[in-house]
Order: sequence, then C-alpha cells, then structure tokens
Amino acid sequence: MNWFTQTLNSTLGKKYVMGITGLFLMLFLVVHCGINALVFFPDDGELFNRAAHFMATNFFIRMGEVVLFLGIIWHVIQSAIVTRTNAKARPQGYAKFANSSPWYSRSMGLLGTLILIFLVIHLAHFWVKSRITGLEEVNYGSEKMEDLYIKMVETFSNLWVVIVYVVAMISLSYHLMHGFQSAFQTFGINHKKYTPLIQMIGMIYSIVLPLLFAAMPIVIYLRGY
Amino acid sequence: MEINLKVWKQKDAVSDGKLIDYKVSHVSPDMSFLEMFDVLNEELIVNDQEPIAFDHDCREGICGMCSMVIDGKPHGPLEGVTTCQLHMRSFKDGDTITVEPWRARAFPVIKDLVVDRTAFDRIIAAGGYISVNTGNAQDANCLPINKDDADDAFMSASCIGCGACVAACKNASAMLFVSAKVSQLAKLPQGQPERYTRVANMVAQMDKEGFGACTNTGACSAECPKEISLTNIAQLNRDYMQAKFLENA
Repeated sequence: MNWFTQTLNSTLGKKYVMGITGLFLMLFLVVHCGINALVFFPDDGELFNRAAHFMATNFFIRMGEVVLFLGIIWHVIQSAIVTRTNAKARPQGYAKFANSSPWYSRSMGLLGTLILIFLVIHLAHFWVKSRITGLEEVNYGSEKMEDLYIKMVETFSNLWVVIVYVVAMISLSYHLMHGFQSAFQTFGINHKKYTPLIQMIGMIYSIVLPLLFAAMPIVIYLRGY
Repeated sequence: MEINLKVWKQKDAVSDGKLIDYKVSHVSPDMSFLEMFDVLNEELIVNDQEPIAFDHDCREGICGMCSMVIDGKPHGPLEGVTTCQLHMRSFKDGDTITVEPWRARAFPVIKDLVVDRTAFDRIIAAGGYISVNTGNAQDANCLPINKDDADDAFMSASCIGCGACVAACKNASAMLFVSAKVSQLAKLPQGQPERYTRVANMVAQMDKEGFGACTNTGACSAECPKEISLTNIAQLNRDYMQAKFLENA
C-alpha cells in the first residue's frame, strides 16, 4: 500500500473520507433545495421547469452529477466499512449502559440507512423518469421542455408518498445535525472562537433545509391539481 | 446503608463471564465505592468465597487504575470523578448497582473487573514521548512558553490514561486518550522535533490495537474523569492530516 491508500485506510483517514464526501453532499443539498424551492413560485411550475431543463442539459452539471453519484456511493460504502470496524472494536457489550451523547450522533448508521432507502425511492420517482424513461413535455412559447413539475404534482398527490418524504426529511435533519459540525471536527476545526458559530450554522442548516424539502410535497399535496 | 450489587465475574480472558448478585450490609455513606468493595471482599474471604478482582492503586483520583462501569457509566454517575473518588452517599439505601469492566476488544478482561490496558502503553511507546539527550538538566526558564500554550498542554497532560473514554465510546475508540498526548506535546517546544512522526506512529499503533474509529459523539469527553476536551481530538485530526499529506511522516 502506498502512503495515500494507507492514510485513507487508517481510522482517521476513513473519517476524512466521511467528512469530505459529507460536506460535498451538503453542498449539493443546498443547490438541490434552492432549485426545487422554485416550485413554490405561483406560475404552475414554469420557472422550476426552466431551471430543471437547464440542469438537465448543461454539460458541466451533467458531469457534476456523475461526481455526485460517486460521492454518495463512497460515503455509503465508507460508512459501512467504518460501522463494521467499530462493531468489531467491542465484541462484548454492556449489560447496562447509560448514554452520555445525543441519540442522533449514535444513530448515524440507522439514519443514513433510512436516507439511503429514501434515496432509492426518490431516484425511482424522479431521476429514472427524467433521465431514462422520459417525461411529458410542455411548451413555453417556442420552447419545448420536459414537464418535471407535473411529475411532482402527480407523485405528491399520493398521501403515502408525502408521508415517506416527510419521514425521510426528519431523518435527514438529524443526520445533518450531527454530520455538519462533526465534519468540521474531523478536519480539525474546533476553536472556541469559531465552533459556536459552526454549531449555530449547522443547527440552522439541518433544520431549515429539510424543512424546505419537506414543505415541497406537503404544499403540492395541499395545492392539489 | 444496604447495597445490592450485580458484579461481572469472569475467570479469565478466555472464559465466559456473567453478572453475579451480591448484598453488602453496613455500608457507610462516607465510604468510597472501592472501600465498599473492600468490605464485600473481606466478607467473601471470611465466608470462603472468592473475592472480586478489581483494579485500584492511589485511591486519590490521579493514577488512572480504577476502572469500573457503574450503572452503565464509566467511573459512575458523577462528573469529573474517578471510581475511587465516588462515595456511597451518591447512592440510596437499597439501591441495586450494576458493575462491569471496561468493554473493548483492545482491553481484554484479565479477571472479573480487571482489564488489560497495556494497549495504551504500546500506543505511548509508539511516540507519546520526547527524545532528550542525556546531560545536565536545563535551566527552568530557558525555553519560553506562552502561558496559554502551557495551560492547554497542562489540561491535555491531566489525562490519567484510565481508559474511561474507550469504555464510554460506542465504537470503543481511543481517540481522546491518543489526542491528549499528541496535543500536549504539540503545544510545547520540546514536542516539535518529533511532532509529525509521533502522531503518525501513535495512530498506526492505535489502529493496530483494534480500537474503533471516532464518530464525534462526544461520549468520551463527557465521561472523562479529567474532563479532557474534544478540542484535543480536533488537534489530533489536524496534526495527522498535516503529517500524512504535508510532512514526510
């Protein structure tokens, strides 16, 4: 093994990978949330569809999508490896144990698994349809583009789907609540001058962002056709 | 006071252990937790039963030998206190208390509540020191050290190596222990020449011993009898990154 793979294979290196992929995914969520929030604009989804069309046709964003998938896969595989290593570090558990850490910090694997299951459902709902099987089209003046908005309206007309999305966003919220500030700690950023700020931004981020995401299916469901 | 105990009994590292019930009468609230065990063991010896093996030494909170998980908390319910400094007045008459050893693959049980913590010694031997050529001792103040750095180094140096961090961590990670030594020496001029080889070698040894990875839950620091801060772990993360990606370590 050369120095690079050896470093990434150490317990600290594995955490660096979790941190860097995690931060990257958090950055993606901001972009994703920002664009999707255009569905709140009361124009029957035109602005949103135009934005989605741009994202679907821009070469650099398409390349970014590949990197995004790699990031997700790396984050998931690495977490599975870390979880296995950590489980082996305590073969015999305690008969009685009193926890002194937040439950969501200890449940990142469980929360992450819920998010992964959601991700598969979510990709099947939208990504597969817009990239592979195709969508209905809509005309805006002379421009013709895929009507992703109507797909959202259709999908979120089912109450169960809305519930699944909301539960997933609650999982995401707790996952981020630990993940955000934990990533900074992993990269050695812990300072009495900045850490309170990082924690505050992390808290706002992990509440506001999933809340916005969860509002989309709820609002569309309530708005109806 | 009368105290009911459920204590982990295990013959040796390879045998299976289990929790055994004991009853201790005439417990004074002023006894330390270890003195309560002394009373119980004397009774057991008089009754021709085998006493419970447990680790202890200084009994004044500075040696790091005592190691009991008391009702699910390393060193018991109080904060910033070792088992020997925990007194029975922290419990109520008639309480049932569960006592277990530290649990980690890297800390195999030797007998009952005694675990083998030499993994920590091997981590220190891998780099947790400074190399000093022999000769006369230097004058006390010939190396000026910033007061803040000296204070930080002292805070890190207050780690007694008891292993409560490993016992408390859901991943049985030794990061807080390793980071305390790395940070202490990283803050001082004497620690600089070996700073990056030290962190690389100590982490390599830590991984070799089979401790888990840190997931930043903070349980270690919350249970540490010396209240070692998580900023030490951040320092370790930083120094390891520097050692691996920017230095030749």
